[in-house]
Amino acid sequence: MKILVCISNVPDTTTKITFTNDNTEFNTAGVQYIVNPYDEIALSRAIELTEGGKGTVTVINVGEAANDPTVRKALAIGADDAVRVNAAPRDAYFVAKQIAEYAKDKDFDMILTGRESIDYNGNQVAAMVGEFLDIPSVSIIKKLDYDGSSATIEREIEGGKEVVTVSGKFVASCAEGVAEPKIPTMRGIMSARTKPLNVVEAVAIEEVTKVAKYETPAPRGSVKLVPADQVESLIGLLHSEAKVI
Amino acid sequence: MSVLVYVEQAEGKFKKSVFEAVSYAKAIADQQSTNLTAISIGDVAESELKELGKYGAAKVLNVSADQLKTFVNQAYASVIAAAAEKESADIIVLSNSFSGKGLAPRIAVKLKAGLADGAVELPSNDGKFSVKKTAFSGKAFAVTELTSANKVIALNPNAFGVKENPTEVTVENFATEIKQSDLGTVIKEIVRATDKVSLPDAELVVSAGRGLKAPENWGMIEELAGLLGAATACSKPVSDADWRPHSEHVGQTGISISPNLYIAIGISGAIQHLAGVSSSKVIVVINKDPEAPFFKVADYGIVGDAFEVVPKLIEALKAHKG
Repeated sequence: MKILVCISNVPDTTTKITFTNDNTEFNTAGVQYIVNPYDEIALSRAIELTEGGKGTVTVINVGEAANDPTVRKALAIGADDAVRVNAAPRDAYFVAKQIAEYAKDKDFDMILTGRESIDYNGNQVAAMVGEFLDIPSVSIIKKLDYDGSSATIEREIEGGKEVVTVSGKFVASCAEGVAEPKIPTMRGIMSARTKPLNVVEAVAIEEVTKVAKYETPAPRGSVKLVPADQVESLIGLLHSEAKVI
Repeated sequence: MSVLVYVEQAEGKFKKSVFEAVSYAKAIADQQSTNLTAISIGDVAESELKELGKYGAAKVLNVSADQLKTFVNQAYASVIAAAAEKESADIIVLSNSFSGKGLAPRIAVKLKAGLADGAVELPSNDGKFSVKKTAFSGKAFAVTELTSANKVIALNPNAFGVKENPTEVTVENFATEIKQSDLGTVIKEIVRATDKVSLPDAELVVSAGRGLKAPENWGMIEELAGLLGAATACSKPVSDADWRPHSEHVGQTGISISPNLYIAIGISGAIQHLAGVSSSKVIVVINKDPEAPFFKVADYGIVGDAFEVVPKLIEALKAHKG
């Protein structure tokens, strides 16, 4: 079994998000980067499925050389080898095209991503890779079992879940529940240094989106405190002032 | 040139988020001085399809092929792309629902279109077609220009609101060839908790955190949510401890929501949690720690013990409802 896991390099979850250059660029000063937490879930499940010599896990990242520590972290968690497509990730469309180009002749049984990256929150890459490769994709999955030729997947829907089966190659984007994120062991960290990290060049693709500028949410006014012994007045405020109930 | 909106049905009915997507698509059609067509896939009665006219759809394409009764994103994407071609639609709108999230990227690739998902406003009318969308898990917005000829937008629930725009509507059957290879996923089972309000598109949300101390204390949270007609949610430590299902976890690594009212009980307000809820219109925080960071971003707050405040709130709400 061969599994490809797509890894995004994202700011640590505690990062205060600010912008520079007249709000047209993300301010990377002092930012710590991590493997996108959802991608870690996908990677952890891939490792579980291939454990005991049942297969191999390759991780792929689209990014510049500065991403290598994040890619090495994925190797430390337990991926067998890694590929970095050497290009700044313009948007999901660009990233998905690069992954599809790499994967098209490699015979991966499945391609896994996280449900979304925590920076651009797209949840686009998985389904786009599926479309570029003309294979099924299942988005935002909570459970993934694989019997060697077909997968049984639980996917989230509003107010419930859907159980889906898929035979043959597929792409899926993983959410919480698919696996517990694995933590690198000391042995994993040591071996990650010598595992293969291949760098390949990007293919050209048309531009379809461009970020014009960033905005931050408008600050809220100060909080209106209601004394704990006058709880009923909160109901009044929500009804007549905020008009939400 | 025209606008096409995909109207997702669940058990033959349209939800509020669908009417919202239609309202939004109609506003874009008006901006572009063109017509709005809706496309529905699956078993939906004509009377329900005609409801879409209320929000501005002039035509509804009704796809009722047997293989498409339940959601298969590959085949649905093919049908929607075929409908876009038939209608010469260059702007495709969908709701950013769980299914929409699986569908929009496939449609975008088929049409070589830029995709703005998590849209919260109408596109700019300056010829650049810039769409404001959520980014950095609610900590920011990215104003994204769709530079391609075709454009796809997935609208966040509760971002635009439902706007009536009564329009004479016609319903037309639409059929297109369905490739066997587009039917690779097969649904075995659909489980829906019908007695609960679904969280992603809920207007009111009652959420609780570690301050509740144990999973058996959620009874009062459920009761409060039930009285309000609200969905229930929780913080990350609570779902990590399996006190509540992962599907209820809101925050940076859970789901992001933007309800009209978010009531946070016993949640301190870590930056990761705030990221997922900061676009809520009104935030109420109940916490016994007056220094809890959540109070800094709240509209209303009560400093007090959840075990005393929540039962009183339930009584007050019952009295309010008479």
